[in-house]
Amino acid sequence: MSILVDKHTKLICQGITGSAGAFHTKGCLDYGTQVVGGVTPGKGGQNDPNGLPIFNTVTEAVEQTGANATMIFVPPAFAADAILEAADAGIAIVVCITEHIPVLDMMRVKKQLAQPRYNGVTLLGPNCPGIITPGECKIGIMPGYIHTPAAESKSGKSVGIVSRSGTLTYEAVWQTGNHGMGQTTCVGIGGDPVRGLNFIDLLELFQNDDATDGIVMIGEIGGTDEEAAADYIKANVTKPVTVFIAGQTAPPGRRMGHAGAIISGGEGTAESKIAALKEAGCHIAESPADLGKTMAEALGIAAAVA
Amino acid sequence: MKIHEYQSRELLQKFGVPVPGGEVVDSAEHAVEAFKRLQKEGATLAVVKAQVHAGGRGKGGGVKLVRTAEECKEAAWNILSKPLVTPQTTGEGVPVNKLLIAAGVDIEKEYYLGMVVDRARGCPVLMASSEGGMDIEEVAAKTPEKIIKEPIDPDTGLQPYQARKVAFQLGMTGKQVGQAVKVMMSLTKLFLGTDASLVEINPLIVTPANADHPDGQVLAIDAKIDFDDNAMFRHKDLQQLEDPAEVDASEAHAAKFGLSYINLDGNIGCLVNGAGLAMATMDIIKLHGGEPANFLDVGGSATEEAVTEAFRIILKDDNVKGILVNIFGGIAKCDIIANAIVSAAKEVGFDVPLVVRLEGTNVEAARAILEKAKGDIPTMTVGNDLTDAAKKITDAIAA
Repeated sequence: MSILVDKHTKLICQGITGSAGAFHTKGCLDYGTQVVGGVTPGKGGQNDPNGLPIFNTVTEAVEQTGANATMIFVPPAFAADAILEAADAGIAIVVCITEHIPVLDMMRVKKQLAQPRYNGVTLLGPNCPGIITPGECKIGIMPGYIHTPAAESKSGKSVGIVSRSGTLTYEAVWQTGNHGMGQTTCVGIGGDPVRGLNFIDLLELFQNDDATDGIVMIGEIGGTDEEAAADYIKANVTKPVTVFIAGQTAPPGRRMGHAGAIISGGEGTAESKIAALKEAGCHIAESPADLGKTMAEALGIAAAVA
Repeated sequence: MKIHEYQSRELLQKFGVPVPGGEVVDSAEHAVEAFKRLQKEGATLAVVKAQVHAGGRGKGGGVKLVRTAEECKEAAWNILSKPLVTPQTTGEGVPVNKLLIAAGVDIEKEYYLGMVVDRARGCPVLMASSEGGMDIEEVAAKTPEKIIKEPIDPDTGLQPYQARKVAFQLGMTGKQVGQAVKVMMSLTKLFLGTDASLVEINPLIVTPANADHPDGQVLAIDAKIDFDDNAMFRHKDLQQLEDPAEVDASEAHAAKFGLSYINLDGNIGCLVNGAGLAMATMDIIKLHGGEPANFLDVGGSATEEAVTEAFRIILKDDNVKGILVNIFGGIAKCDIIANAIVSAAKEVGFDVPLVVRLEGTNVEAARAILEKAKGDIPTMTVGNDLTDAAKKITDAIAA
């Protein structure tokens, strides 16, 4: 099992003719994702270099291909519109990779997506690497080969991964694989202050997924989502949760690369997040190099398996 | 993007928030002229305020109350003549190039009024407190119940009933309420209309009653506005407001190459791909007893040229006594980083210890490139994993 995406997921790419969109469409195809087409307004009727049909609108793409997921690579000024277009066309899972979207646009998108007409669409991102169910479906920019499908796990144990950071997710994937674990699904929720799915949504999905034995959660400074996740874990999550929080040495008031990674108004420090998660019974990795080891220990996996 | 107080005042005024008279000047002579003009308009005293982005100006002597032209001249000259040191600046302080000369007003009561993005709710939130003039972070920490929060619809903005509710909660009476409502409505229009990420009026004041204003006048005394960098593409006019003197030269230079760089106080330079991993790399350096000299995210699509430039920027910092390269190749390819190390070694030279940890896309090719170049870069060692790399660089610095 897995969450949100699997081998039946049919993916389109919005912005398929841009350089990033084209590059990663190929990457997803090569991994084995069912990519069924793409959208670039004004280029409908053409095909991309892989022979995929290009449509003018998402609605058209959905009608003709049965697509139920999209990855968005359109430039920041047009990304909010692209998210709403996908939701309006009935796409179930919208993955927005685009970085640098104005936060006001995202606030307006969030308000819109709550309306009944969008029928509970799931948004991931923006400013995220995407989502992957190893061996079945890769949506986004992550390197596929570092992952271990749950079925190939050496220890028989598999973890779900949820993270605000891209490369730190790869780090967690790599380390859990090296320690004999597979991954059910790995989800990047993005580095922006206002986003789609949050930690709590993913914790709930992983808690309810039978194939997921443990959860790796990677947070960072800024906001209070990790503290909210700690409350949720305490009340609802019975599976072991391993946590790393990035930015323990970051100075207050500075935006550390991600728009959302900033300690401001005395809020969003790593100390506060770590304390809350520790109190909730999470296994804290002090060092980013210890993510795999900490998870393995929490799951009782002998070092010999690794 | 941050702007100066005098610019924030002008914007507030443009959106309909009343502020006391004032002028921005760049010399003691002009300060006196401005003071005399304010006197003619009826001001009996004025405030001379250093225009720098750093907070805590008052504590550093950057804000002075003056009653005469002589006092004004002296205060202006003193503030302009030396760097201003505040609790938020380095020990060397920051140069002061501009002063705001603002008419002093009598104060009956002070309030705090601000707007930020409520990340958890995903909408703007109006914040108000009757504890004006204080450090609002302190109020939030010690007496959170004294801060009123009102969520705002990002499309339709603040509604008058919400503003009235806040004004009454603040304890305003009579004609103060209508004035405060207007200020809050204007502040919201400014926030949404300029893609601000923070608008703060601290203090917002009510003046004592007089013949013209039987319930006193509501005025903005100090203002702070920050904007969302990601939205500045649609505000060409606001881009002009940025003061180049307030921007770190290295950070601005790095941005031109698509590099996200922040200068810090330590001595171990870091070159990393991804913001999260870059923060985590700083953390692991600290965990092993070192101090990071910078945050540097080269991004996913970094070219050899950009990465070489990143090394130049790191090495330009005299505090740097060693460099840790930490790359988990995804979109970024390890061989591009390896080639950049080789060309940076030729162009700038590594006279400090360099520890390289590479993993991910094209890592084998990258290792081969570094193995071949090893003889030309004697200060380079390869980290076998993240912990090993962090230990090697902190040991090298300690040695």
